[in-house]
Amino acid sequence: MTAAAPLISLQSVSRTYRTERVAVAAVRNVSFDIAQGEIVAVMGPSGSGKSTLMNMIGLLDLPSEGAVYLQGANVADLTEDRRSSLRARRIGFVFQSYNLLARHDAIENVALPLVYCGIARKERMARAEASLQAVGMLHRAHHFPRQLSGGEQQRVAIARALIASPLIVLADEPTGALDSRTGAEILSLFAALNRIGQTIVMITHDPGIAAQCRRTIHLHDGELVGDETQTPALAKRSAVS
Amino acid sequence: MTMLQGFQIALHALRLNPLRSFLTMLGIVIGVASIVTVFAIGAGAQLRLQEQIRSIGANVLMITPGAVYQGGVRLKDGSKLTMTESDVQAIIEQIPEIQAAAGSIAGTAQVIHEGKNWNTTINGTTTGHFMVRDWQLAAGRYFSATEEAGAGKVVILGSTVARELFAPGDDPIGAQIRIMKVPLEVVGVLDRKGPAQDDVAFVPLTTAKLRFLGSASKINRDAVAYIIAKVAADGQMAGARAEIANLLRQRHRIPAGQDDDFKVQDPAAAMEAQQGAIRTVALLLVAIASVSLLVGGISIMNVMIVSVTERTREIGIRRALGGRMRDIRLQFLCEALVLCLLGGAIGVAGGITLSMTVARMAGWVTSIDGQAIGLSLVFSIATGLVFGFYPAHKASKLSPIEALKTE
Repeated sequence: MTAAAPLISLQSVSRTYRTERVAVAAVRNVSFDIAQGEIVAVMGPSGSGKSTLMNMIGLLDLPSEGAVYLQGANVADLTEDRRSSLRARRIGFVFQSYNLLARHDAIENVALPLVYCGIARKERMARAEASLQAVGMLHRAHHFPRQLSGGEQQRVAIARALIASPLIVLADEPTGALDSRTGAEILSLFAALNRIGQTIVMITHDPGIAAQCRRTIHLHDGELVGDETQTPALAKRSAVS
Repeated sequence: MTMLQGFQIALHALRLNPLRSFLTMLGIVIGVASIVTVFAIGAGAQLRLQEQIRSIGANVLMITPGAVYQGGVRLKDGSKLTMTESDVQAIIEQIPEIQAAAGSIAGTAQVIHEGKNWNTTINGTTTGHFMVRDWQLAAGRYFSATEEAGAGKVVILGSTVARELFAPGDDPIGAQIRIMKVPLEVVGVLDRKGPAQDDVAFVPLTTAKLRFLGSASKINRDAVAYIIAKVAADGQMAGARAEIANLLRQRHRIPAGQDDDFKVQDPAAAMEAQQGAIRTVALLLVAIASVSLLVGGISIMNVMIVSVTERTREIGIRRALGGRMRDIRLQFLCEALVLCLLGGAIGVAGGITLSMTVARMAGWVTSIDGQAIGLSLVFSIATGLVFGFYPAHKASKLSPIEALKTE
C-alpha cells in the first residue's frame, strides 16, 4: 500500500455472468481511478453495468478479469472474511430502497455496521447518535423505518453509511425513490459531506443529478464511454446545511 | 460478532414473533417435559423400592407356606400353615449361617388407647424378629424371656401406631392399651423404618396364640404363618437357602419328587429384580419421549429454513454492511439455540410441575433428578445445534448481491 496509490483503482475490469447457456458481459474492460475526496457520478441507462461496477467497488463482487485495487491492494487477494470486514470499516452503502432493517429502530439500524466491527453496544449507540445528528435525524432515533418518510429513511441510511467513518460512500440511485424536492435535499447532504472530505461514488441514470457532481463516468453496455470533469452545480450552491 | 451479540440479535428476532417462536419450540417443550417426568416417576419408583429393601433388612430370607396336597387336591399357597415353632428352632440350631430367626403369625385388629383407636396389623412373634430385621427401639425394651414363654400381656408398637394412639407429649411406655378386649402394657416403641412398615403392633407369639386366637383355633398350636431368618453374610444367601429347604423337606417328610410345602424367598433379591424392570421401562419411555425431541428439532429446522427465506433481504443487508459469512451463520444458529434452550427450560418447568401433579393425584413417589434435568438441557442444546446448523449454513452461503435483489 503506497501513499501515492489512488483510493480506488479499476484496471481493465470485466465482469461476466454465466447463465445456463450464454455468458453475459455486464462490465467490459473498464479502467479508472477514484482519488480521495472526489465525488463521482456513474451514469448510464439501466443495464449498462452501473450496479455491477458498484458491487465490485463495494467488495461485494469480484471482477472476472482485471483487478480492483483498494488503497493499492488487489481486493481479489483478500479473503472473503477480510472483504466483509473492509465493507464494515471502509465502505458505506446507500441504496435506492434504503434497505433499513424494518424490525429495528433508526439508531439500531445506524449502529449495525459497528456490530460487525466488534464494537461494544454502549459505544455503538453513542456513535450512532452522533451519526444521526450529522444527518439531522437524531429526533427520529427511536422511530422504526415504517414510521419515517422516504427522505427520512434515506437520511438514516446515510447516517448508517457514515458511522464507521468509511473511506468511500457508495450510493446506488440514492434519490431514485424520492420526490424531486426530497431528492435535492439528499443530494445537498451528499455535497455537504463531500465538502468535508468524504469520497462519494453515486450511481444515477439522471443527467440532472450527474451534472451536480464534479466528475461523471458514463457507461454504456458495460463499457466506459466517457469520463468527464465539470464544474458542478452542487459546488456552486451556497445554501446547503 | 460475538456469541453474546448473536444471542441478543436472536432474542430480538424471536420476540417479534412470539406465537410462532412458541409454537416452534413446542416440540422441544413437550419432549423435555416428558423426559423429566418419566425420569422423576422412574426415580421415585426406584426410591420406594430401595426403601422397601432397606426396611426388610439386609440378608433376610423369608419362609412362607407353599402349596399343599389334601387328598390329591392342590391347595392355594399358604392356605395351610405348614411351618412350626420347632422348624424355627431347628433352623437356628442346625444351620450355622443363620444368625437369627423368628416365626410370626399376623392378623389385623383394632387397638384402643383411651379415646383413640386405630386399625393395624397385629404381629405375634419373638424378639428374634427384631434382630433379623435390624429393627432398633426408639424407647422401652423388647420382650423378656418370661413374657415370651408365658404369654405376657405386653406390646411393642410401630411408630405409626404410637403416633395414632398417643398425643405428642404422651409417653406410651408403661401405658395400657387394649387389643380384642385384652389389656396389654406398652413396653417398647420401635424406630421408624418406613411408612409401610411402621403401621404394626408386635406381641409375643405365645400371647397372640393364647389370648387372641384362643383354644378355638383350628390351627396347630405349634404353627407359625411365616418365618424370617437372617443370614450372617451376603455370600452365604444361596447356601443358606438350600440348607433351609433341605432341612424343612426332611422335617416335613417330603418324599423326593414331591413339591415343597414351603417356599424360601429372598425378598431383597426379588425387589432388586423389580428395580431392574422399572429401570428398563423408564428407559423405554425416555426413548419414546426422545422421539418428541427429534420431531421438535425437525420443526425448528423447518421454521428456520422458512425464516431464512423470508429474511433473505436482511441477510443481504447484513452482508453488505460487513457481516461475515460466519456472523450470519452464528446469528441463525443462535436463534435455533435460543429456541431450543427456552423450549428446554419451559419443558423442565413443565416436567417438574407435571411430575409433582402426578405425585399428588396418583399418590406416586416422584423424585426430581438434577441429572435428568441437565441431560434434557444438553439434549435440547444438541438438538438446536444439529437442526439449526443446516438453515444457518444455508443463510451464510447466500450471495449478498442476490440477497439484496429479493423483495
